Amino acid sequence: MTALRPGGQRHYPYRHLLGIEGLSPDEIHFLLDRSETYVEQNRRADKKGSSLRGRTIINLFFENSTRTRTSFELAGKRLGGDVINMSVSTSSIKKGETLIDTAMTLNAMHPDVLVVRHSESGAVKLLSEKVNCAVINGGDGSHEHPTQALLDALTIRRRRGRLDGLTVAICGDIAHSRVARSNIHLLNTMGTRVRVVAPTTLLPNSIDRFGVEVFTDMRRGLEGCDIIMMLRLQTERMKGSFVPSIREYFRFFGLDREKLAAAKPDALIMHPGPMNRGTEIDSEVADDIDRSLIQEQVEMGVAVRMACLEILAENLPDRSLRNAP
Amino acid sequence: MSFASPGAPTPARRVAYLNARLLDPASGMDMAGQVLTEGGRIVDVGANLFPPDLFRDNAPDNAEAIDCKGMCLAPGLVDMRVQLREPGEEHMENMASASQAAAAGGVTTMVALPNTQPVIDDVSLVEFVARRTREIGVTRIRTYAAATKGLHGKELTELGLMAEAGAAGFTDGTKAIASAVVMRRALSYARMFGKIIVQHPEEPALAGEGAMNEGEIASRLGLAGIPPAAEIMMVERDLRLVELTGGRYHAAHVSTGEAIDAIRKAKRQGLAVTCDTAPHYFALNETAVGDYRTFAKVSPPLRDEMDRRAVVEGLADGTIDAIASDHAPHDQEEKRLPFAQAAFGIIGLETLLPLSLELVHNGHLKLLQALGALSHRPAAILGFEGGRLARGAPADFVIFDPDKPDRIEEARFRSKSKNSPFDGRPVQGAVLRTVMDGRTVFEAGAERAKRGGRGD
Repeated sequence: MTALRPGGQRHYPYRHLLGIEGLSPDEIHFLLDRSETYVEQNRRADKKGSSLRGRTIINLFFENSTRTRTSFELAGKRLGGDVINMSVSTSSIKKGETLIDTAMTLNAMHPDVLVVRHSESGAVKLLSEKVNCAVINGGDGSHEHPTQALLDALTIRRRRGRLDGLTVAICGDIAHSRVARSNIHLLNTMGTRVRVVAPTTLLPNSIDRFGVEVFTDMRRGLEGCDIIMMLRLQTERMKGSFVPSIREYFRFFGLDREKLAAAKPDALIMHPGPMNRGTEIDSEVADDIDRSLIQEQVEMGVAVRMACLEILAENLPDRSLRNAP
Repeated sequence: MSFASPGAPTPARRVAYLNARLLDPASGMDMAGQVLTEGGRIVDVGANLFPPDLFRDNAPDNAEAIDCKGMCLAPGLVDMRVQLREPGEEHMENMASASQAAAAGGVTTMVALPNTQPVIDDVSLVEFVARRTREIGVTRIRTYAAATKGLHGKELTELGLMAEAGAAGFTDGTKAIASAVVMRRALSYARMFGKIIVQHPEEPALAGEGAMNEGEIASRLGLAGIPPAAEIMMVERDLRLVELTGGRYHAAHVSTGEAIDAIRKAKRQGLAVTCDTAPHYFALNETAVGDYRTFAKVSPPLRDEMDRRAVVEGLADGTIDAIASDHAPHDQEEKRLPFAQAAFGIIGLETLLPLSLELVHNGHLKLLQALGALSHRPAAILGFEGGRLARGAPADFVIFDPDKPDRIEEARFRSKSKNSPFDGRPVQGAVLRTVMDGRTVFEAGAERAKRGGRGD
C-alpha cells in the first residue's frame, strides 16, 4: 500500500502505531509534517486545539514512566481529548494474564486511543489484537518505541533541515534498547547513515544485519558524526553483568568533551532521558546549550504525540485500514 | 469350520486384514498382502495367507475380514516423547484425551515425560501410569521416570526399582540434566539396568531466559535469544560422559546441525548414542515466530534454515534415529501472553504422521525410512516389542493413505489443548484406521459418521 492518497497527498494508512519497522519514508514524513504544525502551537499562550474533542485516550502503563506518560497526557489534553492515566504495576500482575483481561475491560469502555507501555517485547501488539480502538506503542520491552524515534527525527530535521545524508551514531546499551531499534529503523528508512557504538556485550546478535556500521571504539565511532544519540544504560534490565563497572563503562563509552572532539565540530548530542549523569554522559556535555538537544527532544515529544493521536483518531472509523505496523 | 468347542475357553477373536500394502521398516518389507491377528498378536503376515475366496461369502466363525483397499498397513507409531499432563494438570490434557489423539494420529505406543505434578520419580507413580493405560485401553502409554528427585537435577531417583516397575528410561523431561557429575552417575547407574538416559540437550545457563533462536529475528523482535551453541555444547559434553561411562544416551529433539554432526561422529566411534527430532524442527524454521506467534515457541527453539536442512539431512542419513511428536499441550492461558512469558511447546500427536510424510513427498526420505523413524527404531531404542509386522508381534498397526490431500485443522484435534502452529497447513496423507492390541481404536470413516450423528 502506498502512503499517497489519490491526488498525491501523503497519509498514514494504519489503525495502530506499533513500530517504525515497515513504515515508508512518505508515511514518516507525513507524521513529521503534522508534528511540525504543533511545535508553534505549543509555544503560544493558547495551546488548546479541539481535534480530539469527545475522544477518550487511555494511557495504560505497565511499566513506570513519568516523561512519556506526561508527554502523551499533555498531547491529548492540548487537542481537547479526555485523557485517563492507568498505571498497572508490573509486580501486581501475575505473569501477563491480566494483560488480556485489562485490554478487554478497557475496550468495553469504548476508548478511542490506547497508549500502552509494557516491559515485554510484543505485549503491545498482543493487546492491540484484542481491542477495537487505535493503539500507540509507548514502548514494549526491547522492541520498539516509535514516538521516541519520531521525536528524535523531528528534532534532527528541524536542526539540520533534513535526515538523509547525515551520519548518526547511536551509543550505549543497544541490546536492550527499544529506542535504538526504532531509531535504527527510522533513520535507515530516511537515508541517514547509522552507526552503533557499544561494548560487545551490549550489542544484539546479528546487529550488522540491521544496516548499521558497528563500532566498539567510541572515538572511531564518533568520527565525522553529525549527531550523537546517547542511550540510557538500563541497569534495571541487566539480568547479569554486562559491563564490569560504571567506572569502566564511563571510561570507554561515556560521552565527555574528549570523545566528543572526535565528532564533527558542530555535532549535536541527544539523549532520550532520563540521563545517568556520570554513567553514559558527562554533565558538562549534557548541559552544553550549544550542543545538547536534550530539552528540545522533550519539547518535540509533545508535538509528535499530538500528531500521532490526531492522525490515529482521524483514521478511526475506517475499518479498511491494515493493522500493521 | 469352528474355532470354539464347548467347555473350552473362548478363543481370541481373529481378524484378517486383506488387500493391504504391507510396510515393515524392520525387515524392509513393502509388498501387497494380508495380516491375520488373533487377540492382541499378529499370527501371520504374508502375500498369500488365504485362499482368494475364503472371506468372500462366509467368514470363519469368530473371525472378521477387513478390506484395506490397497492402502498402507504399517506398524503402529511409537511416539517416544509426549507430555500428558496427568497427574496434575488435567485441564490441559489427560491420558484419556491424549490416547484419543494418539489413536487418531496412528500412534499405538507413546512414552510420557515424568514432568507431571507430582513428578514421576517414584515406583508408585510408574505403577499409576501402567494402571491408567490398562483402564483406558486405547493406546499403550509408557512412561519415563525422573532421573533426579523432583527433576531438581541433584539426587538420583530409585532408577533400579523404577526400571523393574516398567519405566521406559530416565530423563528430567524438559529440563536438562545440567550437572556433569549427576549426568555421569545417571549414565553409569542406568547402564546396569540397560536403560537409556534421555537428555533435554540445552545448557541452561547459556540459554538463560531466551525465548527464541538467537539471531537477527530475535534481535529485531527484541527477544532474548537462545544460541545454537547451548544445544551443541551440551551434546558434546554428554558424549564425553558416554565415553567415560559406557552408558546409553539419547538426545531428545535435536535441532542444530552441529549437534547432529557430533552425534554422527559419536555413532561412527561406536558409542551407544541415539537421538530424535520433532516434526517442527524439519517442517518449520524460526521465521514461523513471525510477529510474536507464541504457538511457534518451542524448546529448543525453531532454528534457522540451515539447521532445519541439517535436521532433514540427519534423518536421511540415519543419524537421527527417531521422529517424536514432543507433544506438549498448553491451554490458552499459557500461550496468550507476551512471547517471553508464554509457555514452550506445541501439541503433535495428531500431526506426527502427515508432517513426517512431507519428507517422503519431498523426496528426502523413502517411505520405509520415515516409518522406521516413527515406529521400529524408537521401539528398538526403548526395547519395546512393537514397531514391526511379524508373526508374534503385538497387533499394533496403522492403516493410512499416504497421498490423500488433507488440511490440518485445529477443530479436529482430539487433544484437550489446541496449541499447534500447523493449523491450516495443507498436507498429504491421512490415518484411516488404527489398531492397538488387535482392536480398532480409531477409524476415520466411523469417526465422521459418529460426528455427523451427534450433529456437529
